[in-house]
Amino acid sequence: MNPLLEVRHLSISFHTYRGLLEAVHDVSITVHPGETVGIVGESGCGKSVTSQAVMKLLPQGAAEYRTGEILWEGRDLLPLSESEMNGLRGRDMAMIFQDPMTSLNPVLTIGAQLCEGLALYQKLSKQEQRTRAAELLKAVGLTSPEKRLDQYPHQLSGGMRQRCLIAMALSCSPKLLFADEPTTALDVTTEAQVLDVLKKMQAELGMAVVLISHNLGVIAQMCRRIYVMYAGTVVEEGTAEDIFYRPAHPYTKGLLASLPDPSDREKVLTGIPGQAPDLFHMPKGCRFYRRCPQAMKACMEAEPPREEAGPGHHYTCWLAAAERRRGDGTH
Amino acid sequence: MDFTPITEADRREPYVAPQTLRDRGWHRMKGNPLALWGMAIVIVMTLLAVIGPFLSPYTYADQSFSDANAWPSAAHWFGTDSLGRDLFVRVLYGARISLSIGLVASLINVFIGVIYGGIAALAGGRIDRIMMHVVDILYSIPMLLYVILLMVVFKPGLLNIYLALGIAYWLNMARVVRGQILSLKQQEYVMAARSCGTSTWQILRRHMIPNCVGPIIVTLTLSIPEAIFTEAFLSFIGLGVSAPMASWGVLASEGINSMRSFPFQLAFPALALCITMLGFMFLGDGLRDALDPQHQKEGSR
Amino acid sequence: MAIYLAKRLLGACIVLWAVITITFGLMHAIPGGPFTQEKKLPPAVMATVEARYHLDEPLWNQYVDYVRHAAVLDLGPSYKYPGKTVNDIIAETLPVSAELGLISLFLAIGAGVLAGMAAAWYKNTWVDYGMMIGATLGVSVPSFIFAAVLIQLFAFTWPVLPAALWKGPAYVILPALALAAQPTAFIMRLTRSSLVDALGQDYIRTARSRGIGPWSLLYRHALRNALLPVVSYIGPLAAALMTGSFIVETIFAIPGLGRHFVTSIYNRDYTVILGITIFYSFLIMMMNLLVDLIYPLLDPRITVDSRKEE
Repeated sequence: MNPLLEVRHLSISFHTYRGLLEAVHDVSITVHPGETVGIVGESGCGKSVTSQAVMKLLPQGAAEYRTGEILWEGRDLLPLSESEMNGLRGRDMAMIFQDPMTSLNPVLTIGAQLCEGLALYQKLSKQEQRTRAAELLKAVGLTSPEKRLDQYPHQLSGGMRQRCLIAMALSCSPKLLFADEPTTALDVTTEAQVLDVLKKMQAELGMAVVLISHNLGVIAQMCRRIYVMYAGTVVEEGTAEDIFYRPAHPYTKGLLASLPDPSDREKVLTGIPGQAPDLFHMPKGCRFYRRCPQAMKACMEAEPPREEAGPGHHYTCWLAAAERRRGDGTH
Repeated sequence: MDFTPITEADRREPYVAPQTLRDRGWHRMKGNPLALWGMAIVIVMTLLAVIGPFLSPYTYADQSFSDANAWPSAAHWFGTDSLGRDLFVRVLYGARISLSIGLVASLINVFIGVIYGGIAALAGGRIDRIMMHVVDILYSIPMLLYVILLMVVFKPGLLNIYLALGIAYWLNMARVVRGQILSLKQQEYVMAARSCGTSTWQILRRHMIPNCVGPIIVTLTLSIPEAIFTEAFLSFIGLGVSAPMASWGVLASEGINSMRSFPFQLAFPALALCITMLGFMFLGDGLRDALDPQHQKEGSR
Repeated sequence: MAIYLAKRLLGACIVLWAVITITFGLMHAIPGGPFTQEKKLPPAVMATVEARYHLDEPLWNQYVDYVRHAAVLDLGPSYKYPGKTVNDIIAETLPVSAELGLISLFLAIGAGVLAGMAAAWYKNTWVDYGMMIGATLGVSVPSFIFAAVLIQLFAFTWPVLPAALWKGPAYVILPALALAAQPTAFIMRLTRSSLVDALGQDYIRTARSRGIGPWSLLYRHALRNALLPVVSYIGPLAAALMTGSFIVETIFAIPGLGRHFVTSIYNRDYTVILGITIFYSFLIMMMNLLVDLIYPLLDPRITVDSRKEE
């Protein structure tokens, strides 16, 4: 099957008053039609930047695409103009954002914001737009959708707003949905409901979803394939089983070790010492070496190679090379 | 490749000097040519106002009817006015008066505004509500009218202008200070300090005052040109400083009367006034971008 | 809504009463009476004059008298124009000032908002820089200097427009420009900064992510939010136009209320100064009330009653 989206060796920098900041470094991500892919990592690791880069939503002028390409159904998006991108946005790919409180326009009704998109993608009369908008709100589980259409965002709760945003994103059945921390700002109970809605809508529409989260639990529940990002790079990728049961990269291992396990209350939560590096002062070798329990001199000096741990399971680390060297030495 | 484990020393983060708000502000100012130009203009004008009048053989009140309405020349760089007074000296002297009005009036504003806004914000609750209600009401009536009334009642003069402008325009400062303190009160670090039992005075000294300085300086810088402007306005309607002293506003409004025959009599004071205004505006805008935390989101992304 | 309105009007009345008291107090703080200023009047004449204007009565009586008359919108007689009341003067001159003021108001809002939009949309390009430099110049040139330059350019150097007076449409152009210049520049700066702010908001990113075109982004999504501060500025704008009219009407010799106010300051015509000040305060307060009533129509988060609470 041809991939829907292929991001290859993407690097993105921001111009800031302190100088150039490389937010994403050599990231490659593949998404196939209909699958759910997770991107997990601490805040500031470049998850959101990567997804917004694909849709070319980064602030123009400040963000700069340094290297790489973004292939959408085989076509490179980087050379496309803003109006060509507008043809894709909303129709082929859509996005829901982290903060439902600020992501809706406060001075327009929910209905006005929903219908605006509908009018853009299909020729519909005002009445048809309204009916369709109400259907969408119903589909994402909002009660009394007719009434909601005439309400303003500030009259709805966070969970309701996030459902509205989902409805808006799904209004023309995109092939790919980026869900950028869709539940981070919500209560745990609302979180579960919103995730259910996402799952249900995905099954109905057969779209691919890229779920971005710092919450391993959410990722585990939703995704088949997972990318683990750290400080602007992908450190490990693999199926959910690979990542959760056979983690290869020390960072992934660290993440899992810091996850509480209700069935094992004796488990010692180790966490990862230190903190993510300052993006302005990135180590020249492996970006994780200062916090890595197994760090070696090599990690300080050169970027680690991409290794294969199994079919479709890759990680970037020097440990494997060291292992091989040690193996050679004994024979 | 060297696959030996690294030492603890290797793990150490490289030392990066922490960037204080002030460094950051200065860094931004340096990147803003307009703000630097504004600062240069303000400094040059201040210097001229302070030492300028000593550099000329004339004084602002020397009349010489044989030289009346002389065009600019080597003897009189900016020409002379209808009484034969040297315009160059009068413009420099006007700088003294206009700038001092701007500064003194603004400092009175700061004084009243900081105390009023500070008390409202720190007291909170009902006192705050009542005090801000008063500010709202005062805001809704045009203060300039009352400055005019004050000037009509008290004879026009430098001291009265200082006072009239000083007591009329503190409203904005009070709002800024109150808003800043209220938002600081909600900041986690202030709550944290409070929960540790830090005394109110310590919180005021360590957290509130340093964090209020930025907005106060910005508001001050922007209120100086406003005061100079208002004084020019008062001069035009005949309520400015009294002769033979002359602010830029007085000089410019005198110049308007003879604009057709002797345009230089308007041009020089008007230019001096406008350039100084520009300087303060650029400096104020630059300072706001650099210092005001509320405006920090923008440029930094 | 009705309760709110009643509350506000009641509040306005109280403020107006305070305004009258303060202005009255200020005016009577002047040493000597209004007629002792210039050439000395013979004592007999003085006495009759003072009796006519009730100046011989105790101050308290004068005050009560003044408030009672002001309550029925009677602002008393003019001292310098015998036979004319302050009401007459306002009635005669207000239409002229209102016409000039309204034209300038619309000019300032229209031009300011459009220019601000252009600057925000073309942020950090030469369009933006040009506009912003123009606007900064606009706010740093006092209106009397700007008016003088306009007259010099368009009435003398290149005589296409009348230099003064008020006799027809052509006479409106220069004064309106002079009066609107500063507010235009201010509104432009305001529009630009709030539009830039609005365009950086999350909901704009949401809209972009749905393929909404640039035009719609600007108009439907950003502009309405960005114009809220501009609407708040209409009250101060009215005040700025009012004080601007003092200068512009004087320079252009326009027979409006502003010029009359300045003349009465020169003449020390106290009742007129007092009356016009009170009238202006009233006007500006009504303008502010109007803005407070319009505001909730534009911002659904704010209801009329909650406006003051925030």
